[in-house]
Amino acid sequence: MTPSRRVETRTPVESMLEFDDIQHFLLTRTPALAARYEFLTFPDAGCGRAWLAGVLDKVGTGKSVGSERLDARWVTVAFTWNGLRALGVDEGSLATFPEEFRQGMAARAGILGTTGANHPEHWVGGLTDPALHAIIILFARDVAERERCKHEHLGLLERSGVKPLSSLDLEAVPPLDYSHEHFGYRDRLSEVAIEGTGAEPTPGSGRTIRAGEFFLGYPDETGLVPALPQPEILSRNGSYLAYFRMQEHVGRFREFLREHGKTAEEQELVAAKLMGRWRSGAPLVLAPDKDDPALGADLQRNNDYDYGKMDPYGYACPLGAHVRRMNPRDTAHHMERRKMIRRGGTYGPHLPDDAPEDGVERGIAAFVGCASLVRQFEFAMNVWANDPRFAELGNERDPIIGTQDGTFDLTIPRRPIRKKITGLPAFTTVRGGAYFFLPGIKALRYLAAGASAAKS
Amino acid sequence: MAQDDWSKPAAKAIPKEGYFELEQGRFGPLYPRTPACHGFTIIAKIKPGTEENIRAYGDRIEKTIAELPDALEVLRLHYLRWVLFDIEGATYFMYQGIFDTDFDKYTEDAVALFSKYGLNTVFENLEGFPMDWKTNPQAFVEFVRKHQRPSFLEYGEYPYVTADEIKKALKLKRAFSEMLDQMQ
Ligand code: HEM
Repeated sequence: MTPSRRVETRTPVESMLEFDDIQHFLLTRTPALAARYEFLTFPDAGCGRAWLAGVLDKVGTGKSVGSERLDARWVTVAFTWNGLRALGVDEGSLATFPEEFRQGMAARAGILGTTGANHPEHWVGGLTDPALHAIIILFARDVAERERCKHEHLGLLERSGVKPLSSLDLEAVPPLDYSHEHFGYRDRLSEVAIEGTGAEPTPGSGRTIRAGEFFLGYPDETGLVPALPQPEILSRNGSYLAYFRMQEHVGRFREFLREHGKTAEEQELVAAKLMGRWRSGAPLVLAPDKDDPALGADLQRNNDYDYGKMDPYGYACPLGAHVRRMNPRDTAHHMERRKMIRRGGTYGPHLPDDAPEDGVERGIAAFVGCASLVRQFEFAMNVWANDPRFAELGNERDPIIGTQDGTFDLTIPRRPIRKKITGLPAFTTVRGGAYFFLPGIKALRYLAAGASAAKS
Repeated sequence: MAQDDWSKPAAKAIPKEGYFELEQGRFGPLYPRTPACHGFTIIAKIKPGTEENIRAYGDRIEKTIAELPDALEVLRLHYLRWVLFDIEGATYFMYQGIFDTDFDKYTEDAVALFSKYGLNTVFENLEGFPMDWKTNPQAFVEFVRKHQRPSFLEYGEYPYVTADEIKKALKLKRAFSEMLDQMQ
């Protein structure tokens, strides 16, 4: 794809991004094989501040994580709107945060399309409780390191009086030589390259995206700096995180493949049509008939395609496949305003290929990072994932993450006559979610000091 | 579904609120699709002395579309109508659009287009329009929402047909008559 004309006319922002203030979380993908998320509540502001003061030095910044490759663990902290209030942020400031963040994810369920079995009334872990104040995200090189950090953090919780509402342990799905989720699809193939970070987009991924699309206080794709929540010391260099815990029904998924494919090859093709990529990662647009694992693993090639010119009618990649919905590339407008940074991992035990469904919960627990939840994350859920009329399809939702109840279809264009799979089952169920604000380091200090420090 | 029967004209009366059942969109209540598709009617008082300024946009937009016929493609429009009228000495601007998407879903696209083609500045002539709209998209959306007047009746002679379907049908008709011509 050709990069936008605007690139040349931009002023470099390399020197502008405050890597020592921005948390590393959205800037770097760490080589973690284990993780732990703890969802916390502050019994009072004093506890919350004491806890934050105790953890602050461990939070990785864009600068520290970028330069120290030997780290064994990476720490991130973020707060709900209620959490900011619990730490003593005054009502005037709280009111300057965007409405969707103030309401929280559960209140936005109708907009996200998380209805039926995905509805917040079924969510676990206390995530819809107004007492949910903060999340601490620990990424670790391995399980042993995670366990070590977990105990260390337990000590801090006890000293400060902060209480966990729930927690979730995550581990990479074996085999560990490449990243994939429980259904077996290779993951971490596409990544947004943010202007000013030095990251180069892989071939076909489009141009770099302005920092203001992800970090508050920088010009976004309009060229302007959007108004900041107040005071600026709290919001500058911050981002919003949408957290989603999605159970993956692996047994049901494999059964579906068997039902719709007679041979192993046919089953692989059905899996590929749902995702838009083969489980090896090879994109259908570049490998329409046969899997190509070497292509799937090659980051220099596996994003080098578009839809509008190469596959306008979806003969290779169905219009409704997950990756085509989540990034319609050249077939949607203003894509540069809809980018999301994805982080997270898999939880629950691996279900071996030949094992029957064991009823144990497993899935992905992921974060979408952005500067505007309503424009980026909520748009993706509302329009791309759950609007049955997306791309004129009429009666379809995202086959992987859309809210499915057996009444929606998947159209697989083919010559001469298209194939329609009717009554798609739900391969995933949303088990929890929340909106967090991911502050910069200065903001963390400000919060730890009682949200009343001098403004400079 | 009966709703898809374009050959049967249909009318729909709409409750005062503008919707049948309250369904929240990203930016507020969603307005339903009717036999006359999706649409809005925005009515706002203009700032005194700006009438000529506003009228000048007519020519400007005509030129823009002549040069870039697909400039507004994103919005999936059927029709736009811009009207100026007086009530009790004040002048009002009415902006009516009929389109195939739920406006709530494409609000940001519309805002982006408005600024790209300078349509935004027509709004700056309206009373109460947030002058910081570029960096405060929420205020822009709130202004539009506040001035939206829902219909209480909508009618379609060929109900629920999208502009895309109409264009496809006309293309087919053209191809078909060309084919007949060739066969003469
Ligand atoms: C159980 C749930 C999910 C599964 C199994 C899943 C799986 C995948 C896989 C295998 C890919 C291709 C690898 C890659 O491009 O990096 C992918 C891409 C992607 N997914 Fe998901 N995903 C899930 C949930 C979500 C959610 C909740 C969102 C956001 C709302 C999302 C947004 C995306 C995006 C933006 C891409 C990149 C598309 C591209 O650039 O081509 N996914 N997903």
